[in-house]
Amino acid sequence: MNVSRRQFIQTSAGLVVGLYIAPRAARLMAAPGAKLPSPNAFLRIAPDETVTVLLAHSEMGQGIWTTLPMLVAEELGCDWSKMRVEHAPAAPVYAHTAFGMQMTGGSSSSYSEFDRYRQIGAAAREMLIQAAAAEWKVDPSTCRTENGFVVSGGKKLSFGRLAEAAQKLDTPAEVKLKDPKDWKVLGKPTKRLDSPEKVAGKAQFGMDVRLPGMLTAVVARSPVFGGKVKSFRADKAKAMPGVKEVVQVPSGVAVLADHFWAAKLGRDALEIDWELGAGAELDDERLRGELRDLSGKPGAKAAVAGDVDAALRGAAKTLGADYEFPYLAHAPMEPLNCTVQIGPEGCEIWTGTQFQTMDQGVAGRILGLAAPKVKIHTMFLGGGFGRRATPTSDFVSEAVQVAKAGGGGAPVKVVWTREDDIRGGYYRSMWQHKIKVGLGKDGMPVAWRQTIAGQSILEGTPFAAIMVKEGVDATSVEGAADSPYVLATPARLVDLHSPKKVIPVLWWRSVGNTHTAYVAETFIDELAQAAGQDPVEYRRRLLKSAPRHLGVLNLVAEKSGWGKPLPEGRFRGVAVHASFESFMAEVAEVSMAKGKLRVHKVTAAVDCGICMNPAGVRAQIESSIAFGLSAALYGRITFKDGRVQQSNFHDYPILRMNEMPDVDVHIVPSKDKSGGIGEVGVPPLAPAVANALFAATGKRHRRLPFELT
Amino acid sequence: MKLKINGKEHDVAVPEEMPLLWVLRDVVGLTGTKFGCGMAQCGACTVHLDGKAVRSCVLPVSAVGKRAITTIEGLSPDGQHPVQRAWVEEDVVQCGYCQPGQIMAAAALLAAKPHPTDADIDAAMSANLCRCGTYLRIRAAVKRAAELGGKRT
Repeated sequence: MNVSRRQFIQTSAGLVVGLYIAPRAARLMAAPGAKLPSPNAFLRIAPDETVTVLLAHSEMGQGIWTTLPMLVAEELGCDWSKMRVEHAPAAPVYAHTAFGMQMTGGSSSSYSEFDRYRQIGAAAREMLIQAAAAEWKVDPSTCRTENGFVVSGGKKLSFGRLAEAAQKLDTPAEVKLKDPKDWKVLGKPTKRLDSPEKVAGKAQFGMDVRLPGMLTAVVARSPVFGGKVKSFRADKAKAMPGVKEVVQVPSGVAVLADHFWAAKLGRDALEIDWELGAGAELDDERLRGELRDLSGKPGAKAAVAGDVDAALRGAAKTLGADYEFPYLAHAPMEPLNCTVQIGPEGCEIWTGTQFQTMDQGVAGRILGLAAPKVKIHTMFLGGGFGRRATPTSDFVSEAVQVAKAGGGGAPVKVVWTREDDIRGGYYRSMWQHKIKVGLGKDGMPVAWRQTIAGQSILEGTPFAAIMVKEGVDATSVEGAADSPYVLATPARLVDLHSPKKVIPVLWWRSVGNTHTAYVAETFIDELAQAAGQDPVEYRRRLLKSAPRHLGVLNLVAEKSGWGKPLPEGRFRGVAVHASFESFMAEVAEVSMAKGKLRVHKVTAAVDCGICMNPAGVRAQIESSIAFGLSAALYGRITFKDGRVQQSNFHDYPILRMNEMPDVDVHIVPSKDKSGGIGEVGVPPLAPAVANALFAATGKRHRRLPFELT
Repeated sequence: MKLKINGKEHDVAVPEEMPLLWVLRDVVGLTGTKFGCGMAQCGACTVHLDGKAVRSCVLPVSAVGKRAITTIEGLSPDGQHPVQRAWVEEDVVQCGYCQPGQIMAAAALLAAKPHPTDADIDAAMSANLCRCGTYLRIRAAVKRAAELGGKRT
């Protein structure tokens, strides 16, 4: 594993925070001689036979509420119907195994816990067996676990009966994990454990927190990024029935009230004079123009080999193109929110977060508290997609500021409206790419030059010291600098411009791959066309040294019927891309009628290594296809006079049911280490659709969202 | 103001124009009905008024009148309504935030049309957004619920 990415950063407050997951994150490997995790921190077995697994990661739809318990159950031998799940509190023992802080991201929850949660299950099994063997006075090797019991010969004792004795025992120094061929739970499609409470309306999201005496706050934030309150009048706001208090906080002015509706009316009635600052100049045309200029100039080198200019001059044919991508909002269904209570002993926070350790540190710094005095209750997340993992802990720190400034010690829930959420920043950056590729006489690339321009996520965060090298933020060029097409081209140069803007940017489901895969996979299609070759065949030739790319490409070609006739008016496009250590190929089948694009079907092939829960993998790929298609068809945040022009789902649309394509998922059987699955389905979707659109219309789309009329 | 919610009378002291959603969530304490957009764009706030699906985020509480309000908490006493069972059997949910609204929309559809076609499902359900993209399983679950509902009656 890459040691540099495992370094810890010492913050000014003396808190150890970890660091961002590199896109090529090192895998969890149990360090030799490392102590096994104590099952007592991760597992509770109660006298009523329930087995409760504590999750070190946040459930935001990706299914770890089910997958991590499956890892435990496989080794423990418990009764699945007695399985219960809870989010763990924020504490160092729950730090990410590779990244040193408690967090959820980088599609890493399942694979990073693959060893730890199995070890926890196995250690608990051994402790239960020891307790039973001691009671029976038999050799532990005669005992096994089965469906919630320890069994030896004709004797059996339930886990609930043995739990008290077992938890007093020392954690075994080592445990033997099952051979995958003996797995009974892992690899089997397993239904979600959170369904019953979610379909009954009982699941508790951050938005659902209710505490005695709680006030709800809505905050007026600057209409442009970077603006500050100059002065404000709150008379009208305070006159609203239900409004209790109006306070100024660093991010704006907060109205605290008995309930959301009063707080919102109060917020809307505030009269605020803003010092807008330079943010008021932001304009979409100008932002695009700046990136266009930058992408024509040499940038910081991310991948380089040979003399690319000479190779371009000597090429039999050269092709070039410019690509544009807009800012994108995450728009999770649950608007941002956070509840905070500050008491004499410390601070309690209830929220749906992907970044517990960060939040704890930020809250602690605001309040002058050590991290353990900041108690975090992780609630279900109504979607995250990266938005609930901000290095600044923006929505948590703001709520802490509000509770510090007002409420008189009462719990305060800060609720964002949908408009606040869409206009609140932390977007996927705007990006532009300029690409030029030279082909040899055989039609294959001999020179590849690609300049990328867009805002860095990590620059200016505590992670920059480690993750930004010589001006290159790894998350800006992932999927380009490491593209197998680029690496197969003898002369290559991928370089990067990272202009600084007041607009906050963030990882957005699949991060840099959202734009790099689109450029690579649509441009490869153009190269195939220029070379007079079939798009799948052309990719096969380029991916000779990339067997797992090739595997999913071949599988998707077979399953989609690539090359076989389609009904009149239907067209196919293909894309293949690896991200988060998994490999994905998709074929989109589309039609165009009266300027309206219809994506009828997506055939998907994925190689994610060992597949822990095929049901979860299928769900994530369907989900990624809907997410990717929303952005390709509609996703666009734009600026005029510094203001974000979109505000809600009517002008920032996301895919609806009548637009959802059929999805046919094929999983490559594999014994390789698991990769991530929550994001890998997103990158190939837009280019596959774009390539199908080209087949349908003869038009190349080099700007997203698609311009169809 | 008197409201009949899930078969029970509630007397609430709230402004007439306050949307039903916030009366349910912040005053009565029924948080199963979700806030997603505040302008009838996403359907997360769907409840039933006399069995018909409505968007509670834009419905002033004074407009409810004597109509009976049903929320996700009152759809069944035990989470065993055919739509809820179908949702579990088809493993629909992901983050789950939109699902109470989806389930209420589906239950109203099936009450009106016990055996909906794909076009009926599109027409009734396309106003309910799911950012996780669970639409294919929602469709399958509506069909399964139609079967389960048929068997039960």
